[in-house]
Amino acid sequence: MNWLTSFFAWLVEFFGNGDNWAGSGGIPARLLEHLEFSALALLLAVLIAVPLGLVIGHTGRGEVLVVISANLARALPTLGLLVMFVLLLGTASIWPVIIPLVLLSVPPILVNTYEGVKGVDPELRDAAYGMGLRGGQVLGRVLVPVALPLILLGCRLSAIQVVATTTVASYTGLGGLGRYVIDGFATKDYASVVGGSVLIVLFALVVQVLFALAQRVAVSPGVSQRSKVR
Amino acid sequence: MGDGPPSIWEWIGRNWDTGRVDSISNLLTDHLTMSLVPIVLALVLALPLGLACVRWRWLYQPTSGFMNVVYALPSLPVFMLLISVTGLSQTTVIIPLTFYGMAVLIPAVVDGLNSVPDHVRQSAVAMGFTPLRRLLQVELPIAVPVVLAGMRVVAVSSISLVSVGALIGQGGLGGLFTRAYQNPFMPPVIVGIVLIVALALVADGLLVLAQRLLTPWVRARKGTAS
Amino acid sequence: MITFDSVTKRYPDGTVAVDHLSLEAPTGEITVFVGPSGCGKTTSLRMINRMIDASEGRILLDGEPVQNIDPPTLRRGIGYVIQQAGLFPHRKIVDNVATVPYLLGWDRKKARARAMELLERVGLDPAFAGRYPFQLSGGQQQRVGVARALAADPPVLLMDEPFSAVDPIVRTSLQDELLRLQSELNKTIVFVTHDIDEAIKLGDRVAVLRVGGKLAQLADPKTLLSEPADDFVREFLGHDRGIRRLQFVSTEGLRLRTDLTVTEDAGDSGDGAAEPWLLVVTGDGRPVGWRSGARPAGLEPYGTYVHGRDSMRAALDAALLSPSGCAVAVDGDGKVVGVATREALDAALAEAADG
Ligand SMILES: Nc1ncnc2c1ncn2[C@@H]1O[C@H](COP(=O)(O)OP(=O)(O)OP(=O)(O)O)[C@@H](O)[C@H]1O
Ligand SMILES: [Mg+2]
Repeated sequence: MNWLTSFFAWLVEFFGNGDNWAGSGGIPARLLEHLEFSALALLLAVLIAVPLGLVIGHTGRGEVLVVISANLARALPTLGLLVMFVLLLGTASIWPVIIPLVLLSVPPILVNTYEGVKGVDPELRDAAYGMGLRGGQVLGRVLVPVALPLILLGCRLSAIQVVATTTVASYTGLGGLGRYVIDGFATKDYASVVGGSVLIVLFALVVQVLFALAQRVAVSPGVSQRSKVR
Repeated sequence: MGDGPPSIWEWIGRNWDTGRVDSISNLLTDHLTMSLVPIVLALVLALPLGLACVRWRWLYQPTSGFMNVVYALPSLPVFMLLISVTGLSQTTVIIPLTFYGMAVLIPAVVDGLNSVPDHVRQSAVAMGFTPLRRLLQVELPIAVPVVLAGMRVVAVSSISLVSVGALIGQGGLGGLFTRAYQNPFMPPVIVGIVLIVALALVADGLLVLAQRLLTPWVRARKGTAS
Repeated sequence: MITFDSVTKRYPDGTVAVDHLSLEAPTGEITVFVGPSGCGKTTSLRMINRMIDASEGRILLDGEPVQNIDPPTLRRGIGYVIQQAGLFPHRKIVDNVATVPYLLGWDRKKARARAMELLERVGLDPAFAGRYPFQLSGGQQQRVGVARALAADPPVLLMDEPFSAVDPIVRTSLQDELLRLQSELNKTIVFVTHDIDEAIKLGDRVAVLRVGGKLAQLADPKTLLSEPADDFVREFLGHDRGIRRLQFVSTEGLRLRTDLTVTEDAGDSGDGAAEPWLLVVTGDGRPVGWRSGARPAGLEPYGTYVHGRDSMRAALDAALLSPSGCAVAVDGDGKVVGVATREALDAALAEAADG
């Protein structure tokens, strides 16, 4: 149990150190950075992938794109992509890092949005048109609410991806919680490594919980079929 | 080297098999080890666990809940935390990847087994199959397509995830990325990405092939008009 | 009135689903399209609300070609009911029913009030209003589907095999419900089915289509059964066409005997002793059973029909239910008005066969 005691010693050392809580390298500032980068990348990914997935699922055009992007995103090594973009575009701004982050988080949302819309019962579509809903209304009032569980699942998977990749991106100079881990590892400051890792893990778990809550709030009980009969 | 940067082919030729630890061929071997071991381990562990979850239904909720949490953990901090237990070794990469794999495969095994139609299961019982034979000869074969679909996801993502291990010095081909970043130089990055994607494609292709061989009835059914 | 004026539908792959179809679906009546699978019933129906556009010819809605109307606007004025009801899973029942009123811009309160009224109309407990579709049985969902189609009070209703996914008992009750609703609402209904019995039960007019989308015959059910236009229609109508035709023969002309009843407790009635069968009735005129002259001790079962309202088919059925071979004629309250003997039934059947 030697490692367990040193583990706790490092934690105490990291979180107990007042310097770690203040300034631009302090925990609150790093946390905020991590949140900003992840949220920015996820937001951009949602803005690209949801409309694209809706249109492809609704019209059935461009399905190849979905399949290819899904497979490619899994196969592409994140670290390699990050290094490539930084070598190509330099480190003057955060964009050389944000771009690959977005690229990697588009496919899960795209695939699931597409599958969600595609999987809506054709009878339901038919009924919607038959009652006189217009194309946009069918999409917005019927297809999206019914596909919402899958759309949110896609966003959740992307969020997992983004939080992890943001951490790796610290290697190429991006701020955020990953800094503690990367810098600590380089300088053999294990308190920093362990403390930073624990912070990132907690961060990832909180994000998951938030998505689970969003799912409960946003998805109609008629779709998730967990309504209490009054 | 006063002649300017070497071409990518030149660079590959010079670094392929230098006999050093970080020659491309060594990195490739390491990469294969660190990705194949978790793929196989995940399958070996997920099968009995999935079976248990089908046999004792109450097990499934907590198991899948736990696996969901595991799946959400970012790889780098997990590697880092494991260092204090398993050191700077391949094991540190292999353990988390095995868990990620199980997080995908356990639900796949459960879904696969649940996809066996009830009438098929019941007619097997009626014909006098013992539970074990029923499992081996009826239920598992029917579950194979779903499990293999999960395997494809696991194989491709394990192969690409290994490279993150480079940040703790155990990343197989990922080592090319850190090397390229440290003395800014593009060819290693390109070679690394291409080799990793190629490995992923090969693994995926082999699994598709395995699926065809293991489940000839799936294709046969598509071929004949119903 | 809906008018098909030489309408043809040719799908892009060359299939001619409907071929120069001309017919009229009169206002306030139920017109049924019936025919074997693939004969173009659905295609014909969906051309009315422009879910499918005709390749040639015109469809007129009260004289106005539907091609001239913007499809969503057209559809909001036409109720549409399909097989699986097509309810929106994410909306409560009341909001499902209120879909078209919402689309038409009614305010929420009014739309919901209307929805509640309709749920009651189609025979659903108002308690269902707050549920989601998955919490309802198939038959209940189908009722909601009908209510939803009626919500904005459209003059026209299109129904595509609406009752074919429910079991026979529920189907019968849904059919009865539809007939009851129609007697109150007088909509122009076009109803698609592949079940000839359903067509004959519901239709004021029945259009039999043959594969290739050609009209084989358009007639009221009675004429259809007695005078099928050709072998295809005859075959499609099936074997017991003769018996089924009796559904449209009234029992009004059936001669009844009133001298075959005895009241319970009235002691042994001597005057009817010559008859082999006597119907025992209660003091207030309800049937109890047949007493056989051969076995005076026990009572034998009987069958009844409502005289003047039920068809000859019901009278015959009632007769076959009893060893006496006679049908008991009752009034709307269930009181015996007389007995139709074999001779009387024979005479009526002979007449029916002639006419
Ligand atoms: N989108 C389409 N493209 C090509 N052919 C079609 C299409 N829809 C229907 N058809 C063909 O048109 C014919 C009529 O189809 P329709 O759906 O109207 O039949 P139906 O009478 O409603 O049959 P069912 O009783 O089986 O519902 C069939 O031969 C069908 O295969
Ligand atoms: Mg049809």
